[in-house]
Amino acid sequence: MIKEAAIRKPLILGHKTYHDITNDVVGPIEGKAPRQWKIAISIAAVIALYGVGSIMYLVGTGIGAWGLNKTVGWSWDITNFVWWVGIGHAGTLISAVLLLFRQRWRMAINRSAEAMTIFAVLMAAIFPVFHMGRVWQAYWTLPLPNQFGSLWPNFNSALMWDVFAISTYFSVSLVFWYIGLIPDFATIRDRMVKPRAKKIYGILSFGWSGRAKHWTRFEEVSLVLAGIATPLVFSVHSIVSMDFATSVVPGWHATIFPPYFVSGAVFSGFAMVLTLLLIMRKTMRLEAYINMAHIEYMNIVIIVTGSIVGVAYLTELFISWYSGVEYESYAFINRFSGPYSWAYWMMMTCNVISPQLFWFKKIRTSLTATFLLSIVVNIGMWFERFVIIVTSIHRDYTPGAWGEFHPSVTDIGMFVGTIGIFFTLFLLFARYFPVLALNELKTILKVSGESYKNSDKH
Amino acid sequence: MANKVFHVMYDDDQKLLDAATALVKQGIQVKDVFSPFPVHGLDPIIGVKRTRLAIASFMYATTGTLLAILGTWYFMIHDWPMNIGGKPNFTWIENAPAFVPVMFEFSVFCGAHGMAITYLLRNGTLPGMPASNPDPRTTDDKFVMEIVTEDNHAFSVSDLEEKIRATEVFELSIKDC
Repeated sequence: MIKEAAIRKPLILGHKTYHDITNDVVGPIEGKAPRQWKIAISIAAVIALYGVGSIMYLVGTGIGAWGLNKTVGWSWDITNFVWWVGIGHAGTLISAVLLLFRQRWRMAINRSAEAMTIFAVLMAAIFPVFHMGRVWQAYWTLPLPNQFGSLWPNFNSALMWDVFAISTYFSVSLVFWYIGLIPDFATIRDRMVKPRAKKIYGILSFGWSGRAKHWTRFEEVSLVLAGIATPLVFSVHSIVSMDFATSVVPGWHATIFPPYFVSGAVFSGFAMVLTLLLIMRKTMRLEAYINMAHIEYMNIVIIVTGSIVGVAYLTELFISWYSGVEYESYAFINRFSGPYSWAYWMMMTCNVISPQLFWFKKIRTSLTATFLLSIVVNIGMWFERFVIIVTSIHRDYTPGAWGEFHPSVTDIGMFVGTIGIFFTLFLLFARYFPVLALNELKTILKVSGESYKNSDKH
Repeated sequence: MANKVFHVMYDDDQKLLDAATALVKQGIQVKDVFSPFPVHGLDPIIGVKRTRLAIASFMYATTGTLLAILGTWYFMIHDWPMNIGGKPNFTWIENAPAFVPVMFEFSVFCGAHGMAITYLLRNGTLPGMPASNPDPRTTDDKFVMEIVTEDNHAFSVSDLEEKIRATEVFELSIKDC
């Protein structure tokens, strides 16, 4: 039996057996829904319904219901889109990149992080799709033969690349997540007593039986999917950044955008994973599996990506001056001293200064501090996108056209609504799905489990 | 004599590995193993070959690349060449850099989904399929080895049973198949 070095922190605390892992993860699904869950999902569903109402109003009235004007043609909509897509990136990073690097700590968090990815990408997709106005013609973005003759979408456009990137990202993440879920659904199926639940989980588990050959294929598929998903996750946010970078707008037209956006995405995604997991481990009593080691590792990722983002902000600022282009310099002077300077400084404080606090071990291993900072980072990352989008276009080459953006009730309703929809979906996931990859966790029990790790017996 | 199937249950992955090694050494063929998680090191012992799914995925991905090249050529160059910002669209190769993102995404799309579908079909795991594990505990914490007399004509039933019982068995069931 291979054993991990004693210096590594145990990933599964206490004395657990294989059966305990099954019990701890499947137990909450079998039991009755707790009161807190019912309250939480009711609140989330009400907010979600408000969001759905806002969307219906938007579709009925037209895009004019948003606060956009002729100068600021992209604002909260695209800010929210980029914010949600960015949040989604942590899930794929955890499940794919950390799998390639053989990081065992990913196993306790990958399932819920991937669920978060899928829900976040769904929320992201709402914004550009409804921005089209005639949403029932959204399929026109696909190259389908049509009655208009030789009318095809423009494959030279970054927006078209986005259609392909986001749809590939969503569907591949979904498949990756579901393939991992199949064996865990089988575990639930074989434990369920109630016939209806047994039947449903039976269908969901696709008749998985855990044969040796199937497990070999399972591992191969996971590895290859991780190998494909890794460049995919980098490409998706690079392409999102090209929506801006391929334009000629000062403040957007920057070659630094792809890596800067990718690290920002991972940064905000890990913050969201921490927000969700800190609540989940407490309410579902998963402290043995998602322990301080996991939280500390995630906080270290936050320091690294947060610092990359900080360096990118400063590089942008420096280059805008060094380029000698007055429009470019003005875009940045306007950012930190113009009418939206409050948003700029909000972004700087939340994204550059606050993650540096994690250099202190006391802060990085404190649950309260981690929880608060994870929310601060998410606020900061929303402002980052707002600053990039709105401050770059609200003052363009013609001063006569300068303007400002004021969000309408529909803008706010849709943004808040997507948070509601997201939490509704996540709460449903937490109630009915195995929230930890329980069968994968069993493979690391003897290697990284506290009671096995440093003992002599297998 | 009817063929018999032995379902040998172990309560630990290490015991299963030891038992499989011991039985295979005596010339007994193990038909299959049902386990709650992948038991590393088991495949070479019971003779499970490496899967070729990765090769399949590569082929699907290459098909995706070729389709994307064909598509971008047809839509953007052949059928209706668009003049964007005065940049001519006479040949595919001149425009190829702008098509790289779509080519990449479509390769990934085909590679991932092609492999996933192949995986599900080869496993026979599809929505509504019945489960075939002999005991519900094999998806929790037990490991079952399936041995059939059909594969082991060299041994009599009692001989097989004796050899199996010599390993650290947790439970043993013998059925006609």
